[in-house]
Amino acid sequence: MTTTTQRRRTATRPHPAKRPAGGGSRYRRAIAVFVVPFAVLFTAFYLVPILYAVWQSLQKIERQGTFGAPTQVFGGLTQYVLVFQNDVFWGSVLRVLLFGVVQVPVMLGLALVFALLLDSPLLRGKRFFRLAFFAPYAVPGVIAAIMWGYLYAPDLSPFSAVTSKVDLLGSGTVLWAVANVVTWVYVGYNMLIIYSSLLAIPTEIYEAAKLDGASQFRIAVSIKIPMVVPAIILTAVFSVIGTLQLLTEPTVFRQFTSTISSTFTPNMLVYSTSSVPNFNLAAAFSVVLAVATFILSIGFLRLTQRKDAS
Amino acid sequence: MSVNAPSRRDAKRDATSAADARRASRPASGRPDGTRGPRESVISRSAAMLVMGVFTLYFLLPIFWLLVSSTKTVTNFNSTAPLWFSATAIQDTITNLGELFTRQDGIYLRWMLNSIAYAGVAGLIGTVLSAMCGYALAKYRFRGREALFNVFLGGVLVPATALALPLFLIFSQVDLTDTFWSVFLPSIVSPFGVYLSRLFAASSVPDEIIEAARIDGSGEVRTFFTVAVRLMSPALVTIFLFQFVAIWNNFFLPLVMLRDSSLFPVTLGLYTWNSSVNQYPDLRTMVLIGSFVSIIPLLVAFLSLQRFWRSGLGSGGLK
Repeated sequence: MTTTTQRRRTATRPHPAKRPAGGGSRYRRAIAVFVVPFAVLFTAFYLVPILYAVWQSLQKIERQGTFGAPTQVFGGLTQYVLVFQNDVFWGSVLRVLLFGVVQVPVMLGLALVFALLLDSPLLRGKRFFRLAFFAPYAVPGVIAAIMWGYLYAPDLSPFSAVTSKVDLLGSGTVLWAVANVVTWVYVGYNMLIIYSSLLAIPTEIYEAAKLDGASQFRIAVSIKIPMVVPAIILTAVFSVIGTLQLLTEPTVFRQFTSTISSTFTPNMLVYSTSSVPNFNLAAAFSVVLAVATFILSIGFLRLTQRKDAS
Repeated sequence: MSVNAPSRRDAKRDATSAADARRASRPASGRPDGTRGPRESVISRSAAMLVMGVFTLYFLLPIFWLLVSSTKTVTNFNSTAPLWFSATAIQDTITNLGELFTRQDGIYLRWMLNSIAYAGVAGLIGTVLSAMCGYALAKYRFRGREALFNVFLGGVLVPATALALPLFLIFSQVDLTDTFWSVFLPSIVSPFGVYLSRLFAASSVPDEIIEAARIDGSGEVRTFFTVAVRLMSPALVTIFLFQFVAIWNNFFLPLVMLRDSSLFPVTLGLYTWNSSVNQYPDLRTMVLIGSFVSIIPLLVAFLSLQRFWRSGLGSGGLK
């Protein structure tokens, strides 16, 4: 078995495989048996939809006269011009960015504190805490949102002493009510990622600090946190990507409050635009979103690769 | 949340167990913070326990509330203490469960079975296909191998929500929307599974073993299914479980594809029930107990997943 550090590194970055066992020509049939089934499905359910979305986004609907039959014709970048002029779209993008700027640091800050505590000698019952904090990750987003929806409700909540006085689902607070659900589900998950990164730090590094009489707090701040920065960057970028895709939780919350519009997040806007139906504009929204997500992901890969190289 | 994003992080989790196993095998004194130094004051220890205790409540209380609420009828939901069981908890639970599994001709059970079929069967097929593909990419040299791998890797970065709508349009042209297959087939594909399989095949299946199997006259495909799969099994379970969870939690694809409620996965089913709670107040109890019952398989999967990883990595495969 490889050591943990190597494992981690190969996990974040694809390594060219070692010398493969066979040359291609001799085993062509076996290779085809192995690769073709996945490749066919990947083409059908990944490549074709992506190309189809791009193609759709380049079309527009034209009518002959006011009451004529609609026909789809090539529209060039018409839809993209509409996307960039669409205030609702940019409003939803700004909303999820605001959400991300607050929720992601809070969530990752908590995850980091918990991971450091799990890695310190201060705690007993670490196994229990690890499982308890991770348990919400097993709750699907829909279920988590339904559950918290009831917990927020003024009359049904077990905390109605609070919820009957403060409207947690009001227009000013509902974004943060959603943020709490997302945080609740994902803190433990991110905690485990950071914790595994802490476990991979060679213990010798602590020895000197220990001998110098450094406190646990000091060791955490000066040694541990700097060494898990790559893991934190990783979780941060994935969280930002997740934020851009936000859909399930606010969609469920529409059943509890009228303060969430059908265009609350970019993905909800895509869905409601497609139900109009205006597939061409919806496709253009999707493409812009996917490209933004893609750029973020590539940025993350660059960042981690640079870390590995140094 | 993006469905791909969480699963992309599994490799990390795998490292947790590896490191745990490593730590367990090491004498306690070998690790500086394994020895409880007297320097750690009672105050900082109590503070740490207090913080963790408070957050344990934050994480577990909602689930506990869901459990308690599942044991109550509509009538005593508001009249009894919200965070503790009522005197009639046991018979009320039985009543609720009976109602849950018989309402609308037992559609809840149908939803659970659908979820298991979508997540379990598609996840299983997906894992096998990913394993075969990743194994070939790791163990055979052929033209265009890296290009192919990079295309699959690019697929990892495509958010699942971006695929759902174009898939709907394509399926509607071949009249396959609102069918079992419209959710099942797209769920099989997991580029991340290929990526992980390639990593694990490269690190856990030595070329010498494949050569030895060849000398013994075993065909390539047979070697994969008899030798390689066994060596890769801890990784394959990991890939399966995270694909399972990703499919189980996928909300957008079934929301877009399905109209016929008998095809719904349990998450979408509960969502539609919850949307009619205002007309039928007794549905609320069904939503709550249905939610609780539906997360049990996932909790069990995660617990057994942990054990499997421990044993899988403990027995070591190959050192």
